[in-house]
Amino acid sequence: MIPIEYYLILSAFMFIMGVIGVLTRKNAIIVFMSIELMLNSANLTFVTFSSYLGNVTGQLFVFFVMTVAAAEAAVGLAIIIALFRNKQTVSIDEINILKW
Amino acid sequence: MNIYDLIFYLFATITVLSALAVVSTKNIIYSAYNLMLTFFGVAGLYVLLGADFLAIVQLIVYVGGILILILFGVMLTNKVNGMPIHTEVTNIIPASITIGLFAGIVLAFFMNTNWKSVTTEFPATTIQSLGKLLMNEYILIFELLGVLLLIALIGAASIARKQ
Repeated sequence: MIPIEYYLILSAFMFIMGVIGVLTRKNAIIVFMSIELMLNSANLTFVTFSSYLGNVTGQLFVFFVMTVAAAEAAVGLAIIIALFRNKQTVSIDEINILKW
Repeated sequence: MNIYDLIFYLFATITVLSALAVVSTKNIIYSAYNLMLTFFGVAGLYVLLGADFLAIVQLIVYVGGILILILFGVMLTNKVNGMPIHTEVTNIIPASITIGLFAGIVLAFFMNTNWKSVTTEFPATTIQSLGKLLMNEYILIFELLGVLLLIALIGAASIARKQ
């Protein structure tokens, strides 16, 4: 049996990759993909604990996370498309009307 | 080393390499395809962890739904003829400090905690127990998620349409 730490380190790696993408990339869609990566790593942690504790409830919460991720994907991409229509760019450096 | 270890290392390698590629390639389309590979790797790990139904849902929802949505987003927000679909990176120094701190804390926490684990035999399929939980104890959350999806559908349509 694989130690539980291996799965946890794997999901931590995925989460860190997501943080890197959110903090350093300029394109809003790549930031978006990085958020999906972070949600997936949280799901992997849920399933790992669910499997190693013999409790199915953890898998149920993955469903809830997936539903919220789907809603977030739809609304987020709609916002990105609306931004592109208004400013002709999706670079997060040039979308700064809320900055002062 | 038995067959389970080999399968774990195979899927873990796929996941790690493609997650690395998602954030490091310059081309957005390559990022999207590597994200698909990451989702496949995670689905394989779900199967290995005994979550068979979740693996199928992962493939259907993420690969079949969200990834297609992201590819549409890439197509609609990049002028394929004029502007190239490459992007740069920004904020390298503050980001690397933050990420280093964060990674150190998370990895130290994961390595040093003495995780409890029971070796109960998991049921062969989880669909039945998941359905029972969803229909009995978590029925309110289930209904609320349905309302959330409806709101997200209407909101996305009204944000993205032409004024």
